[in-house]
Amino acid sequence: MSPLDFTAAELLARLDRGETTSAEITSAFLRQIEQHDGQVRAFLRVDREAALARAAEIDAKRKRGEPLGRLAGLPVAVKDVLCTQGEPTTCASRILENFRPPFDATVIAKLRAADAVLIGKTNMDEFAMGGSTENSAYQITRNPWDLARIPGGSSGGSAACVAARMAPLAVGSDTGGSIRQPAGLCGVTGMKPTYGRVSRYGLVAFASSLDQVGPVAQTAEDAALLLEVLAGHDPRDSTSIDRPVPRYRETVRQPLSGLRIGLVPEHFGEGLDAEVEAAVREAVRVYESLGATVREVSLPHSKYAVATYYIIAPCEASSNLARYDGVHYGYRTDERAMAAELEQQRKELQLAGDEAALAALDNALIRMYRRTRAEGFGPEVKRRIMLGTYALSAGYYDAYYLKALKVRRLIRQDFDRAFEQVDLIAGPVAPAPAFKIGERIDDPLAMYLFDLYTVSTNLAGIGGISIPCGFSSQGLPIGLHLQAPPFEEERLLRGAHMFQQATEWHRAKPA
Amino acid sequence: MALSREEVDKVSLLGRLLLTDEELDKMTSQLGAILHYMELLSEVDTAEVEPMAHALDTANVFRHDRVEPSLDRSDALATAPHRDEECYLVPAVLGD
Repeated sequence: MSPLDFTAAELLARLDRGETTSAEITSAFLRQIEQHDGQVRAFLRVDREAALARAAEIDAKRKRGEPLGRLAGLPVAVKDVLCTQGEPTTCASRILENFRPPFDATVIAKLRAADAVLIGKTNMDEFAMGGSTENSAYQITRNPWDLARIPGGSSGGSAACVAARMAPLAVGSDTGGSIRQPAGLCGVTGMKPTYGRVSRYGLVAFASSLDQVGPVAQTAEDAALLLEVLAGHDPRDSTSIDRPVPRYRETVRQPLSGLRIGLVPEHFGEGLDAEVEAAVREAVRVYESLGATVREVSLPHSKYAVATYYIIAPCEASSNLARYDGVHYGYRTDERAMAAELEQQRKELQLAGDEAALAALDNALIRMYRRTRAEGFGPEVKRRIMLGTYALSAGYYDAYYLKALKVRRLIRQDFDRAFEQVDLIAGPVAPAPAFKIGERIDDPLAMYLFDLYTVSTNLAGIGGISIPCGFSSQGLPIGLHLQAPPFEEERLLRGAHMFQQATEWHRAKPA
Repeated sequence: MALSREEVDKVSLLGRLLLTDEELDKMTSQLGAILHYMELLSEVDTAEVEPMAHALDTANVFRHDRVEPSLDRSDALATAPHRDEECYLVPAVLGD
């Protein structure tokens, strides 16, 4: 059997027993990347030499009997939104094409300390804005189950590389579903932890009150393994919470007895694909057969989640992305061309005697900012900067941003009430299986509405996980979404694991 | 509320973007459609609701007032597109 046939937990056990080496495992995954990433295009960069060197180092450490980290020798792929010291970190944006961060993100430092083998950086929607990975400035990642379709997004590269067995584990980030939705569409397990569970230090900011880093893996057990390394308090992130990290990898195997599952009638309304609905309802029956009780719980404000999210997230983004100004890092426009353009416009306005336009003409610094950003950002990022800037501008702040913050509280209160009655909320992670590349690219609103089941988790700041629960008649994976109260990652993982003990969906591999 | 092309143009300056005429047209219609959808929120009664800017209740996270090593100036400057030994360089604006 090849290393590709094992889960991360099985590979670790084999490493411990001396049945394989990190060099062997790492080479096998690198070979798989060589053979398949030309088609899937999940990776923006593969660190072949560094990965092999690191694997050899860890093998030597093991041989010498030195203490090893918790992921010792396991390859891990990382979304290109996490800063890696001295190595390119692009966020799939032109504006960061040449950016090499002077520091490691905390989760990267933790992965290194755990002796993981970092094999490469994965593709994503530019600055994590999108649900299809089509917004990458560099390449389009394809769904390993059907290369004509999107892998989901924004962590599309991380989900696709795990689905195509090009990495046993991957790290993603989730601001409105960006781990769970691609995990669902690619048939893998992906989790967004509670806000504050994982450090955001060195995670390039999109929407700071919503962003969270999390694991992508084949199984819940593997996700537990990775989360245990990623989670924990970080003094460098004042929003990370100082509470102990449970031993997820041990508790994940304990089934949940007396489990109460909530089904939300609002999740099964108009727009839900019939095959997705059937697979999700069947998954709930599996839980019933395992002893769970099921009841309806209402989330009455869930229909407002997309509108609320697409005000709050762009507002935060427009502020966060102000830092890309062509001064501190990244791309800057050609200054000579910029100055010539400005001079030309000034002359034309002088000739026309248009004093008002002349007075309003950008100065050189403002024009440098504007040209840099116009050339460095892609259309979706521009759209969100515009949306956020508008919603925060004088006269509209109350109507949009403040209103959205109030509805956000109502959405959170809905969850708090629901979790008085149930332990987990189950539902679809996306309204349909993966759509075709290009199908929605010109309809941003349709794209946003595809996020309707995942954005409220982030608005409420709670945790969620997506696990494979079936296939469409076209052979496309379908994801089951589980949500739990804050800091109940153990419950999510245990619930996901007990489902995976009873089903085989997570074992299916794309051709 | 309908969005005008002039408003979109003004917002592009506030957001430090520069849109071509074609982008301006497209942005006006796309943002208009998105903002129209947002009007859905007006039906929610939020008169008695406190805004929620953040999922966490934590406030005032302090650290000890200790001097610790920070990023070296040359490392911080190394990522800048234009710089000298001590500063970021930008186009001249004085005299404007």
